[in-house]
Amino acid sequence: MSIIINNVSKQFGDFTALKDINLEVPDGKLVALLGPSGSGKSTLLRAIAGLEEPDQGQIIINGQDATHVDIRKRNIGFVFQHYALFKHLTIRQNIAFGLEIRKHPPAKTKERVEELLSLIQLEGLGNRYPSQLSGGQRQRVALARALAVQPQVLLLDEPFGALDAKVRKELRAWLRKLHDEVHLTSVFVTHDQEEAMEVADEIVVMSNGKIEQVGTAEEIYEHPASPFVMGFIGEVNVLPRNASLFNYHAFEPHSSNNGHQEPVFVRPHDFELLTEADDASVAGTIKRVIHLGSEIQVEVLLMDNTAVLAYLNREQGQQLNPKAGKKVFIKPRVAKVFAGASSAASTHFIYGTGI
Amino acid sequence: MLTINLPKTFKVKYLLIALALFYLILVLLLPAIAVFYEAFHKGVEPFIQAMGDRNFQSALQLTVVMALISVPLNTVFGLCAAWVLARNQFPGRALFLSVLDLPFSISPVVAGLMIVLLYGKNGWIGSWFASWDIQIIFSVPGMAIATIFVTLPFVAREVIPVLEELGPEQEEAARTLGAKDWQIFWRVTLPNIRWGLLYGVLLTNARAMGEFGAVAVVSGSILGKTSTLPIFVEQEYKNYQTEAAFGAAVVLALLAVVTLVLKEILEQRTGHHKAV
Repeated sequence: MSIIINNVSKQFGDFTALKDINLEVPDGKLVALLGPSGSGKSTLLRAIAGLEEPDQGQIIINGQDATHVDIRKRNIGFVFQHYALFKHLTIRQNIAFGLEIRKHPPAKTKERVEELLSLIQLEGLGNRYPSQLSGGQRQRVALARALAVQPQVLLLDEPFGALDAKVRKELRAWLRKLHDEVHLTSVFVTHDQEEAMEVADEIVVMSNGKIEQVGTAEEIYEHPASPFVMGFIGEVNVLPRNASLFNYHAFEPHSSNNGHQEPVFVRPHDFELLTEADDASVAGTIKRVIHLGSEIQVEVLLMDNTAVLAYLNREQGQQLNPKAGKKVFIKPRVAKVFAGASSAASTHFIYGTGI
Repeated sequence: MLTINLPKTFKVKYLLIALALFYLILVLLLPAIAVFYEAFHKGVEPFIQAMGDRNFQSALQLTVVMALISVPLNTVFGLCAAWVLARNQFPGRALFLSVLDLPFSISPVVAGLMIVLLYGKNGWIGSWFASWDIQIIFSVPGMAIATIFVTLPFVAREVIPVLEELGPEQEEAARTLGAKDWQIFWRVTLPNIRWGLLYGVLLTNARAMGEFGAVAVVSGSILGKTSTLPIFVEQEYKNYQTEAAFGAAVVLALLAVVTLVLKEILEQRTGHHKAV
């Protein structure tokens, strides 16, 4: 049951939510739409569901053009961020809702509801009302309700967004396990890169109504297609090309031929910190050290007043013993340049400081 | 400091309670008791006699008819208006909302006059009806229009906040599960707004039965023909038929009490509902 999206655009007044989107979600895969708020990810999901109608383009579900097919006939399951359970119905009645609407025989409906209750591990709570359940339990009920009608596609809009950190982690793992058992083509929206990387087979990174990159977690982390992706997936230093740090660094293959204005992107993990100078390092002073257990974050101010953020693992930390005020030597192991990227793009990033 | 402050605030508190109670007794409770006293101070007999009066019965009947016409119509209208206003953003929405409140802000007598102007024999609409020999003013249709006018906003005003708080998500969820529009309304929307809706209906009913000004202007107050209970009370009182006037007033007050009790029960249920 694949989903194919062809040239879909959507406008809300002056705001362009989707710009000419093309995407294919392969059969049986779990795909994440990842992006900051306003990137169009929820609109795209709602367009697939039929809750929004695209202004242009085509949505093909399971080989059939569903662009103008009524939401009721698309056979999709939809899970909302705030659960959207029917408050006046019990858990059983909530799960049975879609089946009753479709006039399933009552005996079969009952059987299916019990089956789903055990799938979401809430066997004993069928007669409770949604307000009597915790957030995590409610979201599982919402999932069971969506699965009850055996949809061809499952769509989840920030399914873990309203949950606290611990429950969120549990539910993520549970969703991944569920998907491995059921193999239902699924698309979920998230703004949390860790969540997308942990749960999804494939990640679609979106920004400003456009798709920036599609790939596995490894692909988008190791080979980001744009400065945006590099900054959104993991942290990054954005540094001026002419910083002394890069005096010994040869840029490949993106190096540009028109000037040296494009900024250089370096992951905090990709710095090497030394106590003594070698032939490719530059000197700097440690400004701040943050211990996070397995990781140590070090802010280094270079001689040319460039501030960089470097992450050390425990072993490296023990070797270096970083302290504020200590003099160190630093060199990048990997640095990336995007052809045509302006330094204005660097305003996206949390870290990145050509002072 | 605290020990000094505490009695002071206590004093203020009890003073305010006493003031409020005094005010309530003076303005509300005493007049209500006076009505019952006047109706019954010569025993139950005059009251029963007054109940038997043909004009009284006709007024009671007409009052019930007014409620039976205006409550269902305004319930349906109120639901539609509430849904349109709560679920959609459109140009003129704010204007729609303030127009909806007009019956609250316009004096009922003025409202009655507007209806007379429009639906009277020489009015724009009234002249057309007159050509078909249908009389609107000084007759039941006009009174119904006046009642509908003054009770128009109640249902919509009660339902809009409930719908807004509910949000569209449950309705969207029902849609993704295959429900048709009317199924969504009956199975999802209505159960969620039922208390707000019922409350609006009760308020509509109370006002429909108790309305005097607008209906009096439109009806011409023909005894036994176009007088409702409030008009009947006024007429009998002016004709020095004190027992009849206060007897009818008691009936009207009892209708109001029933409505109030129902409202109280509903409020407790909704309160309970929210607490769960």
